Amino acid sequence: MSESTWSPSSIETDRRAFRRSRTVRSAAVSAVSTVVVLGVLGWLITHSAGWPRVQETFFSWDKAVESFPAVLKGLWLNIRLMVVCGLSILVLGLTLAIMRTLRGPIFFPLRLLATVYVDLFRGLPLLLLLLLLGLGVPALRLPNVPTELVFWGAVAIILSYSAYVAEVFRAGIESVHPSQRAASRALGLSNGQTLRHVVLPQAVRRVAPPLMNDFVSLQKDSGLIAVLGAIDAIRAAQIETATDFNYTPYVVAGVLFLCLTIPMARLTDRVARKQGWHGAGGTL
Amino acid sequence: MTGQPALEAPLLSVRGLRKSFGDNVVLDDVDLDVQPGECVVLIGASGSGKSTLLRCINLLEQVDDGVITLAGLDITDPRVDADEVRSRTGIVFQAYNLFPHLTVLDNVTLAPRRVHKVARAEAESRALAMLERVGLAEKARARPDDLSGGQQQRVAIARAMVNSPQLLLLDEVTSALDPELVGEVLDLLGELREEGMTMILSTHEMGFARNVADTVCFLDGGRVLEQGPPAEVLGAPREPRTRQFLSRLVS
Ligand SMILES: Nc1ncnc2c1ncn2[C@@H]1O[C@H](COP(=O)(O)OP(=O)(O)OP(=O)(O)O)[C@@H](O)[C@H]1O
Ligand SMILES: [Mg+2]
Repeated sequence: MSESTWSPSSIETDRRAFRRSRTVRSAAVSAVSTVVVLGVLGWLITHSAGWPRVQETFFSWDKAVESFPAVLKGLWLNIRLMVVCGLSILVLGLTLAIMRTLRGPIFFPLRLLATVYVDLFRGLPLLLLLLLLGLGVPALRLPNVPTELVFWGAVAIILSYSAYVAEVFRAGIESVHPSQRAASRALGLSNGQTLRHVVLPQAVRRVAPPLMNDFVSLQKDSGLIAVLGAIDAIRAAQIETATDFNYTPYVVAGVLFLCLTIPMARLTDRVARKQGWHGAGGTL
Repeated sequence: MTGQPALEAPLLSVRGLRKSFGDNVVLDDVDLDVQPGECVVLIGASGSGKSTLLRCINLLEQVDDGVITLAGLDITDPRVDADEVRSRTGIVFQAYNLFPHLTVLDNVTLAPRRVHKVARAEAESRALAMLERVGLAEKARARPDDLSGGQQQRVAIARAMVNSPQLLLLDEVTSALDPELVGEVLDLLGELREEGMTMILSTHEMGFARNVADTVCFLDGGRVLEQGPPAEVLGAPREPRTRQFLSRLVS
């Protein structure tokens, strides 16, 4: 019997109807409860005594429009930092993770180096690194070494984040079952090829969601560079608020950050699903 | 062998079962009855849907059409509690599917303790007895990864049997075993059958099928093409397709 001649029996039609009604019911329940919760929250907030004042200081449309260009300009710095740092962090983090998972006594120095690196840069507060590198290194006035604040700020972020990301990658690498390595080596692939074609693809898939976490948190931490005097979105917003103590620019900056991170999270989910990345999870 | 069990209400009854993956119609129109205490053996080419049928019976796959009744209850009805149904059936997977992060003992005691709420001591003594029975009591503290394929297979059998399920589904349980162990598993299944356990198993080993089965079912083209006592189906198949399949295998 082929697909075209088959039609569901009455029992099956019945089951489908039941499943459909159950789906509709749970969708309705969740829709109604969402609307109710949001409605109640909205009502409580907009009817509170201080609401007109809050609306004026945080959600002033005129102020938003006025501060938007400056905040957007600041955000451009965040975006550039994010892209440059993000890529460097991925490369460095992956290299460190591979160094830490190498086996055999010859690799002891590499392993030691990677371990010390991770311990050190993961342990130091990012703010401290930023100040040390951003203010300390240019002060040395070494020849042929860049003195721009933003450059050293970026270096500090890369050092700190690559230590975190290295551990995420290492967790992924170690979660690949040893039988996978064995199967690959048995086919004649070298250690390096095994890593490249068998272990890393599985490892990276598994750690995609936590990597995404780190990336989003990088976007936000890129603003710390403001302590060195660079003007990012938050700093720009702060400057805007200084004139009249209207905090709307902060809200503008927050919304802009969300506009960056949310599409990216959905995109990773989409890619993960399309490629059948089991364990990549995260569908919302 | 005890021969054909007396006809009573079947423990499991499959009617018009259909299951497809995309355009690939794996099971088209499967009918199957399993009497209490009966041992049914599924044979058929690789990819003929033996594993899929067993997974459907254990509600691990949602069927596209048809009805499966277990002890009088239509288990394909979306209103039934699938977990409750599964806790009454045991399944041994073709790929064992042991939990690598648990010891052998913990693999076997997981369901009794968490699903059936048996106290730890009681669950462990039952599990050890079961492991003893499959000849692996001394491996109770080992991890599945440290066992041989055949040992893992036997742990999986112990894990499925420890709950005393009403129905035991075994997917190619002998594929990883040496002839001696096949003999042991055969003895084990024979004992279980003496105790009245109802079993459905799939296999590619016709000798095994002949020894253990009350009924042999030949799966082909998404249907049970031929079924009957092993002597008939394996010895004197009626359908040309069955003869063709068996001739390749036996010779
Ligand atoms: N999850 C799945 N998604 C898509 N197709 C599947 C899936 N599981 C099984 N199939 C397909 O269903 C068919 C039957 O598979 P099944 O595992 O039931 O065969 P089998 O009879 O157990 O074979 P074997 O003797 O090799 O174990 C195969 O063509 C297979 O490709
Ligand atoms: Mg199979």
